[in-house]
Amino acid sequence: MASAMQIELRNIHKRFGPVQANQDISVTFPEGKIVGILGENGAGKSTLMKILSGFQPADQGEILIDGEVINYTGPTAAIANGIGMLQQDPLDVGAFTVLENFIYGGAEGITLGRAQAEATLDDLSARFGFELDPHQLIDNLLIAQRQQLEIVRLLALGVQTLILDEPTTGISAEQKIILFDALRKLARDEGMIILLVSHKLEDVIELCDEVMVLRAGVLVGDMEMPIADHNLTGTVIAETKQHLVTMMFGEELEAQSRDHYSLGKPVLEVDQLLVQDLRLDMQPISMSVRASEVIGLAGLDGSGQELFMRACARLGRVAGGDLRLNGEDVVGASYRQLFRRGCVFGAAGRLEEGLIAGLTLTEHTALVADDHLRIDWKSMAKRTASRIDQYRVKGRAADNVEQLSGGNQQRVLMGLLPDEPQLLILEQPTRGLDVDSARWIWTQLLQRCQSGTAIIFNSSDLEELVTYSDRVFVFYAGRVYPVPDVSQTSIDELGHLIGGEFQQA
Amino acid sequence: MKDTKSLATQIAFLLIPVAISLAVAAILVTAVGRDPLEVVDAIWKGAFKDSRKLGGVVNFWIPLTLVSIGLVVTFRAGLWNIGVEGQMMMGALFASWGAQALLWDANMSPLLNLALIALSALGGMFWAFIVGALKIRLGVNEIFGGVALNALVNVISIYMISGPWQPRIGGSAQGTEPFPVPALLPEFSKSFPVNIFMIFLVFAAFVVVMIMLNATRWGLNLKAVGVNMRSALLLGVATERTSMSAFLVCGALAGIAGSYRVLFTFDNLRPLASGGIGFLGLLVVLLLSIRLLWVPLITFAFAAILTGSTRLQIAPSLKLDSSLAGVLQGMLVLFVILFQGVREVFFPKALSGDDEAIEDSVPSASSVVGQKR
Amino acid sequence: MNEEFLNTLGSIIGTATPLVIASLGETITERAGVVNLSLDGSLALAAVLGFAAAWTAQEAGVLDVPMQIALGIAVAMLVGALIATLIGFSSIKLRRDQVAVGFVLTLLAADLARFLGADFTRIPGPQITRFALPVLADLPILGPIFFQQNVLVYFSYILMFLIWFWLFRTKGGLSLRAIGERPEAAYARGAKVQRLRYWYTFLGGALVGLAGVAYSLNVKPGWSSPPAMQGDGWIALAIVIFGGWHPFRVVLGAWLFAALRAVSSNIQTNGLFIFGQEINFPFVLLNTLPWLLMILTLLIVSGGFTERLLQYMPRAVQHRMRAFLRSDPPKALGTRFEME
Repeated sequence: MASAMQIELRNIHKRFGPVQANQDISVTFPEGKIVGILGENGAGKSTLMKILSGFQPADQGEILIDGEVINYTGPTAAIANGIGMLQQDPLDVGAFTVLENFIYGGAEGITLGRAQAEATLDDLSARFGFELDPHQLIDNLLIAQRQQLEIVRLLALGVQTLILDEPTTGISAEQKIILFDALRKLARDEGMIILLVSHKLEDVIELCDEVMVLRAGVLVGDMEMPIADHNLTGTVIAETKQHLVTMMFGEELEAQSRDHYSLGKPVLEVDQLLVQDLRLDMQPISMSVRASEVIGLAGLDGSGQELFMRACARLGRVAGGDLRLNGEDVVGASYRQLFRRGCVFGAAGRLEEGLIAGLTLTEHTALVADDHLRIDWKSMAKRTASRIDQYRVKGRAADNVEQLSGGNQQRVLMGLLPDEPQLLILEQPTRGLDVDSARWIWTQLLQRCQSGTAIIFNSSDLEELVTYSDRVFVFYAGRVYPVPDVSQTSIDELGHLIGGEFQQA
Repeated sequence: MKDTKSLATQIAFLLIPVAISLAVAAILVTAVGRDPLEVVDAIWKGAFKDSRKLGGVVNFWIPLTLVSIGLVVTFRAGLWNIGVEGQMMMGALFASWGAQALLWDANMSPLLNLALIALSALGGMFWAFIVGALKIRLGVNEIFGGVALNALVNVISIYMISGPWQPRIGGSAQGTEPFPVPALLPEFSKSFPVNIFMIFLVFAAFVVVMIMLNATRWGLNLKAVGVNMRSALLLGVATERTSMSAFLVCGALAGIAGSYRVLFTFDNLRPLASGGIGFLGLLVVLLLSIRLLWVPLITFAFAAILTGSTRLQIAPSLKLDSSLAGVLQGMLVLFVILFQGVREVFFPKALSGDDEAIEDSVPSASSVVGQKR
Repeated sequence: MNEEFLNTLGSIIGTATPLVIASLGETITERAGVVNLSLDGSLALAAVLGFAAAWTAQEAGVLDVPMQIALGIAVAMLVGALIATLIGFSSIKLRRDQVAVGFVLTLLAADLARFLGADFTRIPGPQITRFALPVLADLPILGPIFFQQNVLVYFSYILMFLIWFWLFRTKGGLSLRAIGERPEAAYARGAKVQRLRYWYTFLGGALVGLAGVAYSLNVKPGWSSPPAMQGDGWIALAIVIFGGWHPFRVVLGAWLFAALRAVSSNIQTNGLFIFGQEINFPFVLLNTLPWLLMILTLLIVSGGFTERLLQYMPRAVQHRMRAFLRSDPPKALGTRFEME
């Protein structure tokens, strides 16, 4: 492989409207090191890496490679300079095959040169233990496989610095081991710089040689990691963690926990529910959810949990089985009928499914208010104002909802929920939120639980699942596995379970 | 200071596209060897020379305004009801059936005339229902469903005219026999030949729809469904019913507009009796970015151009095709849309905050060719 | 095989050609993520202006016939390309909605065609003549169907293969598909997304223009009002969807429509005989068939209806049937792309 490199960032500034995403960041990445870029959601770590990889220009500041100031615009120019980035949602084309994706953007030429490309692809995959079928469509792959494809693609382009944005979200423990092994190999054997963007302390401690911590756009500290081998004592890990947490949040966070409430009568009874899907061979599912209970659904993206939740909310097709809400058969009902009986579905994409861009907060209030033909706009505005106070939304009643930040949008959604819903079915309720917002959301949700609401939610954040669920069900390739005792299950065990290793548990 | 400036830019961005379309039209007219001023004169005289001509303008204005009001409703729900032309035609067919099926005589109650108009509304709703069902239930995009149903109703009307409803003498594809006079809508006077009841009906529809859109749950539901169907569903809106209601309201208004064409303008059923008025209504609503308030005014201007341009063919020194009217209207709408873009992209500061809030956007293209999953 | 039957098939292929070329042009444009909804008007305007150019050259006697035709074709292609580019520009640069602009242009171009065509109504002009391809024309069965046509028909065959090859066998094709599926990914790989979109919109529009002039110089020579191609633009747009944005399937769709139309017009002129028995029926209603077929094809490829049918089939068959029947649009079709 080509000679190794050293990268230096000097005085990087970046601002998005009112938000200072990066402020005067200077840092050096030496060759052969795995560096963790740590910070909570919104701390500016992804922005910094997008600047380094050419996806966004910095407002100010310089990038130096091997001591020389380099100016480039665009990700391809960055790749030409040896820097490639794997986005959290890999930038591939779903309608392409693996091979086409691998070829696209590579060497010049008119025809595809499939045979040669396939050989290169196979070579690279074999070297890292990746299993990539060249003729499979991207749309049929798991996130982990798409990551692997992007990594080998970038390597084939001669990248010497590899940036990975939250690569461990949505992959199983086993897939994580394969990924980390590959990254170690690249750093140790080929002197590559690996930059791991993450908000997960465990990942950084497990993999990284060094770590730099961002908070609110500012570089607040960096440290050498204790030698990352498997003989680390528990105390060293705990101390490191504590130190990093203090840097990330500027304070010590109390550990998350919740009270468990006494459960009521069954709210939702699922009996041999069969969900139909094009790709997944779903098995019939049975479960019973009781009032005040929180059910967590774990699993890799596309393992069937999303389908199951939508089927329960009568938003997806059901091929067979029974569904009862408060004892009433609702398998033939529409979502709207369920909604009127107090069952609410919350989708992961808040602006795509949930809120309506272009409508004001008041209009949202009116939309979920009682079914009177005439709308009394004055009282709606009043009601909206009181909700804004109650849920501490930063915004005005007359604002369009898309003008709010993600956390505030989530608060608005909370405010739109009925006061005492029977059942909440929530897709990734805290996705993309910072820690404060996420905790606030759970405080709200648990308050409702206490007064009898049942919750079904899924998350790719295993810690969230373990912390807040009364019971956890693991989905793997359309099969469902109930975790026997959540309080006795570690995050690592859960990571293995979502990879389909049911026997170990 | 700032207000006058932004007002000035607003007016400028309204006038520039108008000026450009007029200029291009003038160039076109010159290119085919005619005098643009003479054309303007002919159109003006054709529209406003006397009260009879003005009556002609109003007779275009009535159906055009009806369909435009209906189209504001469907656009608000995010639906491209191109089928409006066929819905007019189906209304005309239903009215024609009623006008011929009953034995009309002069002593019959005017309630029967009302019933005939209601029947035509049913016809329009029937055709709109099919487009709606295809779209909502079966995932066939409403643009294609609408285009196909427009063509279907045209074939059906030609069949009716040349077949079952053929005139007894000299049967041709030109039109049915004139309907019995009691079935027709009466003229206000010979010098101002319009139907007063229909003018009243247009204003009533305008006021009712205006109130419904702005002050009721239904109007809010339409808006929610139009902007984001999936969110609206999750917030508890009956999305399918809302979309269908938009189609039905528009279909009813279009059907009534169609009845006016056969029960007043022509006195019989002819092929293409809708005369492109539905499509013109789409242009009007696009021009106004779905704002209902200005609809009656713009439809009046369009109706005047349309009526006036029929003189172009007759005027001996001109002998121009009346499609010039369509060219002018099309360019007007095109340039207004383009200049909205120019303003937004190149002069973002000229946009005041309020302005943005009022403007609704046209249903986005991504929804159009995409399909229901 | 019956010679008359083969000739009928041949004439179907011939009359289908404008539809084939227009649908292929739109396929390219939509693959790049842009909807050119203006087809119904573009075809008419290109037909008129192309014909006018060729006719004017003929009257002036300045060029020989092939060059007159070439001039007409060039003008028509330019007209189609410019209309399409205007839609591209209004979307890419001015952030307007493609469907709104496309629809306005549909009406505008159609009216413009009528206005400018008034002076050319029903006058004869230069015509594209057919010439049989040596050797190929003598093939049994295939010869009379495919190879005794005019040059535009042969061009449409080549075009179909060319587009297929470009889309699925070249790097340029990967780029074309990527800018319509996921422009962010194309950008990350160095594609100049906006520039490519302009280019393919222009190219697709030029083919639409060519299709337009194919009517006025060949299928139904000259200009008449209402124009011969009225409605075909919409059918072409539906064919693209039915064809799943794949050149072969698109061409098949165009042939299917042309065949149906040939059958219905044949019955309308010659009557319908079944077992020697004349069947009476208001034949004018046969004109509904292409539109019923349009609805039917869209029903088949667009989710709801097919899914309901598939439920009754065994699971093993379902998968293949679905893959065969469904057609998914390029994911970024009709959207804008802005990368900082």
